[in-house]
Amino acid sequence: MPGQQLSASVFGAVWLNQMPTVKMTPHLFRFFPTLQNRAIQVQAGSVAEVLRAVNDIAPGFTDYVLDENGALRRHVNLSVNDTLVIDRKNLSDQVTDDGTVYIFQALSGG
Amino acid sequence: MSNMILLGTRKGTVILDRTNSTWRPRPIEHAGIPICYAARDPRDGTLWASQDHGHWGPKLSRSRDGGATWEDVLSLKYPKGARYIVKVLPTPDFDPLAPAGQPEYADATVFKIWHLAFGTAAQPGRLYVGTIPGGLFVSDDGGDNWALNRPLWDHESRGGDLFAGDATSENRWFGTPASIDYGVFEPGIHSIVIDPRNPEHIHVAVSSAGVLETTDGGRTWAGRNRGMLNDYMPNPEAEWGHDPHFVTGCAGQPDHLWQQNHCGVFYSDDGAKSWRKVSQPDVGVHFGFPVAVDAQDGRTAWVVPAQSDMARMAIDGGLCVARTTDGGQSWQTFRKGLPQENAYDIVLRHGLDVAGDRLCFGSSTGNVYLSEDRGETWQCLGNNYPPVYSVRFG
Repeated sequence: MPGQQLSASVFGAVWLNQMPTVKMTPHLFRFFPTLQNRAIQVQAGSVAEVLRAVNDIAPGFTDYVLDENGALRRHVNLSVNDTLVIDRKNLSDQVTDDGTVYIFQALSGG
Repeated sequence: MSNMILLGTRKGTVILDRTNSTWRPRPIEHAGIPICYAARDPRDGTLWASQDHGHWGPKLSRSRDGGATWEDVLSLKYPKGARYIVKVLPTPDFDPLAPAGQPEYADATVFKIWHLAFGTAAQPGRLYVGTIPGGLFVSDDGGDNWALNRPLWDHESRGGDLFAGDATSENRWFGTPASIDYGVFEPGIHSIVIDPRNPEHIHVAVSSAGVLETTDGGRTWAGRNRGMLNDYMPNPEAEWGHDPHFVTGCAGQPDHLWQQNHCGVFYSDDGAKSWRKVSQPDVGVHFGFPVAVDAQDGRTAWVVPAQSDMARMAIDGGLCVARTTDGGQSWQTFRKGLPQENAYDIVLRHGLDVAGDRLCFGSSTGNVYLSEDRGETWQCLGNNYPPVYSVRFG
């Protein structure tokens, strides 16, 4: 759910309840249509926690992007804002309230 | 005879139905997703497809309404603590004389769900799958829940119980090139043969290790590779390191087992206690991937010969199917209805099936052929399918 604009200040707009946004390749909507055509916002935390929150919305989601050990699948890329996650095994990279997590395919062929 | 054929293809599942003596394909299912194996459970009619997603991990898919709707089954996972000893492909700087280093371990994850087998009628809900990296999984509830067969995973030929600690023996299982797509060089189970007389009696075949047998429902396993010859190893009679391409058994005579191996065609009439090579290179019967056996007569089998391991294609540009009716002492090749020039097809390990007098095979170049007379003459069911990984009568 998008945050609600509270007021303007010298620092610019102040947002109430701002939460990280998750965006993903439309490929995943084929398996999880419930994630389509909506803003996906979850609690801030580690990438692992963010993905678990998405899995709460769409059960089974983490089975597609993570293996059974919780590591990012080999041909899946995940970035926080513009930065690919460094810790693909434990997904400990942190996502702040104003961050955006992008999940997309690692291209591996023409 | 079956009136349904399931094709597992690089672009999805194709089901062909026979109506009014004509085979018609339905619209493709799992469109765009590689399906490495698809089959119908004869006990309850459930259709299964093994999805080989490039990005999202291997997933089984199941249809309980004849293919109208499908659901993904997400429960097939290695348990926490499942490890294996990493096989490293020799690189140009590999020094065979260097002292062996410490084994490297990896946490197991399913790379590929390669084969699916159904329990006997006395075991409703019992299913088996074989995976890369070499795990056999069992379900007793129609696939809702799966358990790794630990005695095979922990076998001394793989290094022992790695749940308990580090290796207690040498890992003698080699990798399969089929795993390279996943960035690893690990073994895979592609053949599971259940004895209809006794469901506790199972054979599995592993690329590249060999055949193993259990007679106690999977509590213990032993190698069954006596008589196998391994012409790419210094010791061709080594116990492990064999490369079965596919192993199948005769339902009516379960002691009769057939193996299309990297090193030829092998046959056993004593339940794999011993194998004998029954290749006949002068008629082209030697290299290939699939083998099918008659459901009643264990001496009757079919192969689709290929040129060689170095030239994995039809022999001299012409497709043929070879049949033996005497346990491999002699082979007849059949070509009627099959292309005899400019054909470069290869039929992969699950790409041939038999049901009564009908046989069907599909090739990696998307050609599918059917015989109604035990392989003697053939009709084409289509030339424009995606690369075919598996063919199974429903």
